[in-house]
Amino acid sequence: MSDQLVNAIADMREEEALSLVQEMVESGVDPTVILEAAREAMSIVGQRYEQGTYFLPELIMAGEILRQITETIKPQLAKAPELKRYGKVVIGTVAGDIHDIGKNIVTFMLDANGFEVLDLGVDVPPQKFVQAIQDARPQVVGLSGFLTLAFDAMKETIEAIQAAGLRDAVKIMIGGGQVNESIKEYTGADAYGRDAVAGVSLAKKWLGVQ
Amino acid sequence: MNKPLSPDEKQEALWQGVLSPKDPQGNPLPFQSPQAEQAYKERVLRFKQAIQMKELPDRVPVTIFPSMYPWTSSGMTVQEAMYDYDRCAAAFKKFVLDLEPDMQWGAAAPGPGKFFEILDYKLYSWPGHGVAPEHSYQCNEGEYMQADEYDALIQDPSGFFINVYLPRVFGALGGFQMLPFFPGILEMYGVAFNFIPFALPPVQNTFQALFEAGAEALKWAGVIGSVDAELATMGFPTVLGGFTKAPFDVIGDTLRGTRGVMLDIYRRPDKLLKAMEALTPLMIKMGVGAAQATGKPVIFVPLHKGADGFLSDEQFKKFYWPTLKEVILGLIEGGCVPLPAAEGYWNTRLQVIQDIPRGKTLWMIDQSDMIEVKKTLGRNACLLGNVPSSLLELGTPQEVTDYVKNLIDTVGRDGGLIICNGAFFDRARPENVKAVVETAKQYGVYR
Ligand code: B12
Repeated sequence: MSDQLVNAIADMREEEALSLVQEMVESGVDPTVILEAAREAMSIVGQRYEQGTYFLPELIMAGEILRQITETIKPQLAKAPELKRYGKVVIGTVAGDIHDIGKNIVTFMLDANGFEVLDLGVDVPPQKFVQAIQDARPQVVGLSGFLTLAFDAMKETIEAIQAAGLRDAVKIMIGGGQVNESIKEYTGADAYGRDAVAGVSLAKKWLGVQ
Repeated sequence: MNKPLSPDEKQEALWQGVLSPKDPQGNPLPFQSPQAEQAYKERVLRFKQAIQMKELPDRVPVTIFPSMYPWTSSGMTVQEAMYDYDRCAAAFKKFVLDLEPDMQWGAAAPGPGKFFEILDYKLYSWPGHGVAPEHSYQCNEGEYMQADEYDALIQDPSGFFINVYLPRVFGALGGFQMLPFFPGILEMYGVAFNFIPFALPPVQNTFQALFEAGAEALKWAGVIGSVDAELATMGFPTVLGGFTKAPFDVIGDTLRGTRGVMLDIYRRPDKLLKAMEALTPLMIKMGVGAAQATGKPVIFVPLHKGADGFLSDEQFKKFYWPTLKEVILGLIEGGCVPLPAAEGYWNTRLQVIQDIPRGKTLWMIDQSDMIEVKKTLGRNACLLGNVPSSLLELGTPQEVTDYVKNLIDTVGRDGGLIICNGAFFDRARPENVKAVVETAKQYGVYR
């Protein structure tokens, strides 16, 4: 049944996936097994996205199925199972910019690839990034931005991280529609990621994950 | 009875209108000098020839189509540009006169701040209302139409906008919820019942706000419209008649939001398709109506959620392209020149979107591979673009010049190219923007 669930989620059969979960819960299956199956499905979805067979509708749909499953099994979950995570990433769209579709994909892919992601949302002021780095102690920071105004906001954010004495504690990657290598130089980031897959590779490289 | 005009004749009538600019009262606008008149006519002709792809213009036309750049570069905040109409207009005029492009696109981008306040616009935050003074306004994407409201939209799109959508995005338009069903106003018997809502305070308050908002909009439009007129008399034309959208984006940007529309592809694909079909004639009417009202042929169509990365090829062909193509064809039928802006990357869509009539459209190209675009879409359509925002902000004038020359050499030698920025930028080094225009003028000469 667990395999069936993995496939139902990975193939976007929402109703089937949800009724399978219902059945499993009713027949007393350990909720962590269900959660494990959902995780496996998410990583398949991530792979299909990387291969270019899945796109935004599938990522959003998968997220939506996962959300409903977690809600269904929450009462059964004594405590959330400890997941093995490679490391922590703090991500957000920089001040003055509200484009978040690309950033959400990066978040999804990092999560599907075993990173703990703290997503600060959109229009995030530099100080909020600094605060989050102090509190959560991530190894990697991701800045997303699309507007030309965002190039300066990225630069200011990285300067604020520097001023707070945290620059050496994190690797910083940037991305978003109009961003490229020249923006990396301008903002003082460590790397530019062309897409979500590149973002995952960067995070893996920096954390020494194969 | 007169024979109805053909689409080509309708378009030609609009071009002729552009060639003899008029003031808002309909009187001919006198040019400031014979040189201005000549330059004006040459600029319009250059643009028209590039778009129609029948004969080569004298040189590659060049224009700059920015977002907030004209104001940020003159030391204003976006907030000032939105609230001080006179300064907004003056900065825009200076922007055009400094650059002397072949075409200008009007000073409407900042919009009237006070107007948004009067109506309590919720779809966007703007400087002073949730956004810092120097930042541009920001869309609050959301589900302004619920998943179970598709039928209401499909049955009566205009009614849905009036009674449901507008009150959700404008705090001051709550009274619209109570407006009567206008197609029910049919006969003498009972007709008076329909008008009772106008006696009720919420409706009256809404109308009060509308009077005020209308006055503010008129004031703003008068100021920015007079810059268009003044620039015309100095030799700088505009051909922008209005805008419309791809039906998929009406749903994905405005009504359901990205998340909503993407889920609908799986959960209610038939409703989504039906809703787009219902919106298609309205989007055509919107564009054709605007062109007729303004007397200008070019209708801007910003394309959002059809770009590479959003949908699979299959999904694009099923959900995005058919109704967009219908809108494009409908605009052409109505005498317009559609200007779809292929924002971001469209490399995987080129085979599909090249299927349009030749010489009838103008496509703004952002970051797609221009060589590939030229071989596909560019066989049928004039291309406008694609100097990158990052280059304009961070590059040197020499790099910009090299980029523009390369564009002309690789995709511009046989016409069908207008040099322009690729994306709507807020910031740039002025000398780089200048280099775009200068290079096209010097290097883009055909004859
Ligand atoms: C959708 C969209 C919108 C939506 C935003 C909805 C939302 N919730 O995000 C709406 C309609 C609201 C909108 C509004 C505006 N927009 Co807009 N928008 C777009 C559009 C069409 C798509 C962006 C997108 O989501 N792409 C899809 C995703 C999947 O791709 P992506 O963003 O590139 O992300 C990938 C990579 O870049 C990378 N990535 C992204 N972030 C990160 C971060 C890291 C760390 C890494 C490693 C990688 C990475 O991974 C992602 C997945 O592979 C683009 C044009 C385009 N096609 O790019 C314009 C665009 C970004 N917008 C633009 C503009 C100007 C605006 C407005 C100012 C327009 C206006 N006048 O109203 C407003 C301003 C909003 C604001 N203040 O922020 C311009 C920016 C121009 C510039 N820089 O010169 C663009 C480029 C359009 C254009 N061609 O001019 N917009």
